[in-house]
Amino acid sequence: MGLSTVTMIYAGMFYLATFLLVVGLGYKIFDYSRTPAPLKIPTTPAPTTRKGVTYRMAKEVVLFESLFKSNKWIWVFGWLFHFGLFLVLARHLRYFTEPVWFWVGIVQPFGKYASIMMVVGMAGLLARRFLVDRVRYISTPSDYLMLVLLLAIGLSGMLMTFVVHTDIVALKAFFLGLMYLDVQPLPQDLTLLVHLALVALLMVIFPISKLLHAPGLFFSPTRNQVDNPREHRHVAAWAARLDQKN
Amino acid sequence: MAAAEFDIPELKDDIEIPKLREGVMAHAKTFPAGQPVQDFMGYPHELGEDWKERAIDKMGDLLGKYRSLKVFMDACVHCGACTDKCHYYLGTSDPKNMPVARQDLMRQVYRRYFTTAGKLFPKLVGAKDLTKDILNDWYSYYYQCSECRRCSVFCPYGIDTAEITMAGREILNHVGMGQKYSNEILSKVHKIGNNLGLPGPALEDTLEGLEEDIEADTGVAVKLPLDVKGAEVLLVTPSADFFSEPHVESLIGYAKVFHAAGISWTLSTHASEAGNFGLFNGNYESMRKVAMRIRDAALELGVKRIVVGECGHAWRVAYSFWNTLTGIGYGGNDPFSIELQKQLDPTYPQPQHICELTNDLIKSGKIKVDPSLNDDLVVTYHDSCNVARASRMGTEPGGQFIIPRELIKSVVNNFHDMADETIGESTFCCGGGGGLLTDDLMEVRVKGAMPRATALNNVVKDHQVNFMAMICAICKAQFTKVLPKYGFNMSMVGGVHQLVSKAIKLD
Repeated sequence: MGLSTVTMIYAGMFYLATFLLVVGLGYKIFDYSRTPAPLKIPTTPAPTTRKGVTYRMAKEVVLFESLFKSNKWIWVFGWLFHFGLFLVLARHLRYFTEPVWFWVGIVQPFGKYASIMMVVGMAGLLARRFLVDRVRYISTPSDYLMLVLLLAIGLSGMLMTFVVHTDIVALKAFFLGLMYLDVQPLPQDLTLLVHLALVALLMVIFPISKLLHAPGLFFSPTRNQVDNPREHRHVAAWAARLDQKN
Repeated sequence: MAAAEFDIPELKDDIEIPKLREGVMAHAKTFPAGQPVQDFMGYPHELGEDWKERAIDKMGDLLGKYRSLKVFMDACVHCGACTDKCHYYLGTSDPKNMPVARQDLMRQVYRRYFTTAGKLFPKLVGAKDLTKDILNDWYSYYYQCSECRRCSVFCPYGIDTAEITMAGREILNHVGMGQKYSNEILSKVHKIGNNLGLPGPALEDTLEGLEEDIEADTGVAVKLPLDVKGAEVLLVTPSADFFSEPHVESLIGYAKVFHAAGISWTLSTHASEAGNFGLFNGNYESMRKVAMRIRDAALELGVKRIVVGECGHAWRVAYSFWNTLTGIGYGGNDPFSIELQKQLDPTYPQPQHICELTNDLIKSGKIKVDPSLNDDLVVTYHDSCNVARASRMGTEPGGQFIIPRELIKSVVNNFHDMADETIGESTFCCGGGGGLLTDDLMEVRVKGAMPRATALNNVVKDHQVNFMAMICAICKAQFTKVLPKYGFNMSMVGGVHQLVSKAIKLD
């Protein structure tokens, strides 16, 4: 039996989206790491050891510490969205692993309801874009569309979880098939097709959009530098050449 | 030369977040640098035909040299966390003074010329071609930022608008739109050795006059040595300390501390300036060249320690950058830095802040103080932005907040801090830092001081505070000028070592 056109299109789409995501993100990370930080600019008070910096970064990544200091509304919505997204993504790992990893099984029931956290968070963030004059002023069309895209992914996913179920056994076979280069038929429910197409779109725009805040945080010199300029001489390669002239 | 009249903000009980008023500060334009200054600095003095290419080339150059700029251009998600954090936004209500909007003035151009999305879908992502209007916006609003880093504390990705402002000014310099104030000061420091253009003989006279004043006042022959080879300590201090009020009172304080502790010290004609305006323009070479004077003076005089006086941005450059730029510090393993580092006394931090030095001397009992001599004062402390968010004192994070307060409390009996959200890492800039301390930006300076004035007003009302101590020459000059507009007496403003000077026992 031959594969349907839709299956072939979606298989091709996911190969292409994955390729663009990996290459695009890989290039960006390479580009950030090759660009030197010539001066010590941690926002102080800052940790004086590498270990301390790891702890500072962990608090930023997991708890959004700076955002918490800044604005409780953005923090609540932003954290709900990101933590919800994390659980939902973890839950989705079951479509890509056989046997399903132990911890993914544990997260499974939480991930189901985490989608609500995620959507509530995004709705709050979207509302702020309309309601707060300062945020409205700085918002570009892509800021709204990004939230709309994520909301549409979240809602279409929830629709399948709670209302119109899709054939997840066949879906898993499709994705495992993609991973092992043995394409299997994709269930052709409209909700699923919409959900997957939007996810592929998100993967494609990730490396060329503000979603780069994710890798960006790890490269932010104000957060990842150790505060020890008196004890250690920090010189970038292009700046060290100036010392040679003296 | 007088700037146009403007309304002084009314002080309320709290610092309120204003509604947006678009374009209300677009008229604030600092005076442009003239041809001689721009020539001296190696910049063009007017827009040439190729200004756009020059600007984009320079932006590309900076993007390749500074990871901060590259990451900060990409990482912003327009969340709005920073929108109510800038003292210039709070004081002016111009939306382009919100940190994210200030960044976006450059980000829109970055997206258009350096990103795939901006090249393909400019409207969608807010990307714009570089035009003269945008360039004018840069010139207006990159000189309404004091590079105080308050926004960087609150940004979830640590985006520091100061890095973007610095890059913006550097690009403006390269297309011929330099600022008169900063670039004139940079040329003075290169030609004469200090920002005020005070030549060696005048400095010598001033110091002799001060020695006579101190002796007349205290009966003790406290010296202010200049260019003494073999002294233990080289003191590098902002040149305003030599003759501006109230700055000079702190200089007298440092001299008394060295005298009482029996530490041999010297000032240097060649390095008679701690300030480094190279920082404000984001030009590494220029900042390095200014800092090299300190290294040269230290090598020439053979000093074992380098101590920095009360100056905020100078302390940032000294603490965070001197080791990088000139090898003043430790841990160098290259001939350039070893040459100096083997000369310095490893039992002290290099460079050391004058507050670290004085506080240690008082705590160890090497100098004696009588805080009751300051009993006429109820004191608060203004954390200067560059000290608070871009440096440290002592060995622990946050020492830059603790040590000056410890020092103040050892020399005064009445001390009250201002509200928590206005001090420490959340401190509000004086409104005159980062190259804005010029009369042509008076409106920006006065309005930008509103948050600090509000916090001060509250401790004046609640605790009868009558003195605001600080450790920054720019803060002192700014506050003595703008606080009177809010009804405060300028004598409320002074240095931490002004308090030390009154309380110290000299024999």
